[in-house]
Amino acid sequence: MDDIILQILNGLDKGSAYALIALGLTLIFGTLGVVNFAHGALFLIGAFCSVTVSRLLSISFEMVDETQLDFLGNPLKVETPYVHAWFGPEMGASLIDWAVPIAILFAIPVMILVGFVMERGLIKHFYHRPHADQILVTFGLAIVIGEIVKANFGANPIPTPAPAAFAGAMDFGVMLGFEPNAIIYPIWRLVYFLFSMVIIVAVFAFLQFTTFGMVVRAGMADRETVGLLGIDIDKRFTFMFGLAAAVAGLAGVMYTPILSPNYNIGMDFLVLSFVVVVVGGMGSLPGAVLAGFMLGILQSFASMNEVKSILPGIDQIIIYLVAIIILLTRPRGLMGRKGVMEE
Amino acid sequence: MSNSNFSRRGVLKTGAIASAGLAVPTYLRADGHTGFTNAPADGGAVKFGFNVPQTGPYAEEGLDELRAQELAVEHLNGIGDGGLLNTFSEKNLDGTGILGHKVEFVTGDTQTKSDVARASAQSMIQKDGCIMINGGSSSGVAVAVQGLCQDAGVIFMAGLTHSNDTTGKDKKANGFRHFFNGYMSGAALGPVLEAEYGNERNAYHLTADYTWGWTQQESIQASTEALGWTTNQNVLTPVGAGDFSSYIAPVLNSGADTLILNHYGGDMVNSLTQAVQFGLKDKQVNGKDFTIIVPLYSELMAAGAGSNIQGVFGSMNWNWQLQDEGTKAFVKSFGEKFGFPPSGAAHTCYVQTLLYADAVTRAGTFNPCGVAEALEDFDFDGMGNGPTSYRGADHQCFKDVLVMKGTDNPTNQFDTLEIVEVTPRAQVEYEPDHPMFAGGDLGECNPGA
Repeated sequence: MDDIILQILNGLDKGSAYALIALGLTLIFGTLGVVNFAHGALFLIGAFCSVTVSRLLSISFEMVDETQLDFLGNPLKVETPYVHAWFGPEMGASLIDWAVPIAILFAIPVMILVGFVMERGLIKHFYHRPHADQILVTFGLAIVIGEIVKANFGANPIPTPAPAAFAGAMDFGVMLGFEPNAIIYPIWRLVYFLFSMVIIVAVFAFLQFTTFGMVVRAGMADRETVGLLGIDIDKRFTFMFGLAAAVAGLAGVMYTPILSPNYNIGMDFLVLSFVVVVVGGMGSLPGAVLAGFMLGILQSFASMNEVKSILPGIDQIIIYLVAIIILLTRPRGLMGRKGVMEE
Repeated sequence: MSNSNFSRRGVLKTGAIASAGLAVPTYLRADGHTGFTNAPADGGAVKFGFNVPQTGPYAEEGLDELRAQELAVEHLNGIGDGGLLNTFSEKNLDGTGILGHKVEFVTGDTQTKSDVARASAQSMIQKDGCIMINGGSSSGVAVAVQGLCQDAGVIFMAGLTHSNDTTGKDKKANGFRHFFNGYMSGAALGPVLEAEYGNERNAYHLTADYTWGWTQQESIQASTEALGWTTNQNVLTPVGAGDFSSYIAPVLNSGADTLILNHYGGDMVNSLTQAVQFGLKDKQVNGKDFTIIVPLYSELMAAGAGSNIQGVFGSMNWNWQLQDEGTKAFVKSFGEKFGFPPSGAAHTCYVQTLLYADAVTRAGTFNPCGVAEALEDFDFDGMGNGPTSYRGADHQCFKDVLVMKGTDNPTNQFDTLEIVEVTPRAQVEYEPDHPMFAGGDLGECNPGA
């Protein structure tokens, strides 16, 4: 039983990342009709916002310590972060320790700006082009962004730990009435799940309960009629692109303590997130979230030894297998709307 | 009026034969060579192919290999301080190239994919005229490229490849490995693990699902079971999985008190980090502190894993902290040029390049069969690993192996690993027909053309 709960927690955790990326993909597809293969790159940029903030806070000045030698036998250059000098060692250390949460504040404007530039600078020129063109140009953009990140940050994963207060694991089982130590789970992964729930609820609330959201939803349903009412729907859709970029970026920022980011992290999530979107139903926001969590949990269960011993290699194909079954039985996906991608 | 014998059919036949002749890869044609593939012209340069991962999960290792290879070529051509040429026990190389030929190189990106690596090596041999291929950071890639070099008739001086199979069932007469292997890691780690953790441990293996992971796991399991440890489970994990949480979670309640991560590069960084996040290092099982072991280490991985690596045991082929004259010379050359210490991958590629050049000089020819003969059962010293031999029976180098531990209190950014023990070569040696290496055939040296 405890193993099953552990795998459900793992699945919810993975599903959180899938759901956040798929939510952004669906927002962009639903509003602008663009199949954005660069969406994984937005997750990547978010992750490296976290790395950047961590490095900015760690910028140091050098002092030569004659009493110590470096690896070449020269006097050692000791680096002291400026924040230690400015705010004192304790406060400075705390700032560096909390780099990932601080990066959220940094990432929001950066990601909205990146989304705006991406949409206005490139993607808007492909609105009326076939989906194949959109896929090619956005996929190319994703590769370019990945290579730029690699050129600046190297190819190795960069450790970006969670604040010490959230490092390590907690006894989750005790909270559910299990024996002590039955279900130990990393604290940050629980934080990530809660964070993603907050973001998902906030996006739905924004679309459901604000006038701006109402207009966007109307534009998603019938763009022409909304335009005829004198509303500049393109501007709102551009904002939605920025919002989708911010959602993907925040998903990336918070994921860095779970998976040390490298330049390829966006691609790792992109393909699975597209499967999530298709399974959920193209253009369906609730479908994307539901499919994200469902496939995350299925993937975790498929990795269990008991399952793999019966079906070797199932962990590698489970998502695609389920996608095939769902699309055969429900061709529009779990919650797909009639008419979307059917012209 | 001319009387010609040409007919339309004849012209077509002649054209077809000529085209087929031109289409045959350069390395398979005898004309233009003096009996072996890509023989250098008199007074012309000789070209090496450095085939390393510049993208993909082992890219950082590959880029460090490339730095060392560039340095080796500089030293062979008389540029710089000479590095290990000053400490190498053989004194045939004098900085004037090799047998009067200046050394040049081309590079390729293996992407850590066997098919890409083969295509890259093939292009180096056919288009660029390379006479030796060196580098790589994956055993799957090494085995694939080694087979290609055997068929093409060039020497393959393997880079970072740790699978038993490279000089076991997949060994080739044209291939040579300086790096150690999974069996040697197990043989070196065993006594240290016994001293540290005793004889009653229950080990859970997570293993990368390809040739390197399989053979390392087999070696470590054999080594630890010989101590009296039991093996709880061995779970194969996909290469590049990223999130290993669903493989780590079952470890928690498995009854195992030891996790052995048969992972390398980015996979090891991720799996170790996630294992620590799951609280495994703080856990107690069977009345013992839970422990994690990473049998194959590299400095670049240690840097990527950060503080998670503290106190974790592993093994290495070489480390920049060794205090012999060869290591000091190489660290000085590399460190002054690039600003940081070299990795083990860099060291092995640098040494392999010099060993090839020296073998050519001793053989007096670039002919791969002459070079292979010069390398077989060759004893040398001064390259940072102590007295070393290239065994003729399987083309595996034998030398001391390092047992390492993640530094508990690092004092600077390079202080990630500490040397626990230099395991003497005799302890890690094995017979060429050892069961873990059985099934292969070195075959005959192939000179190519």
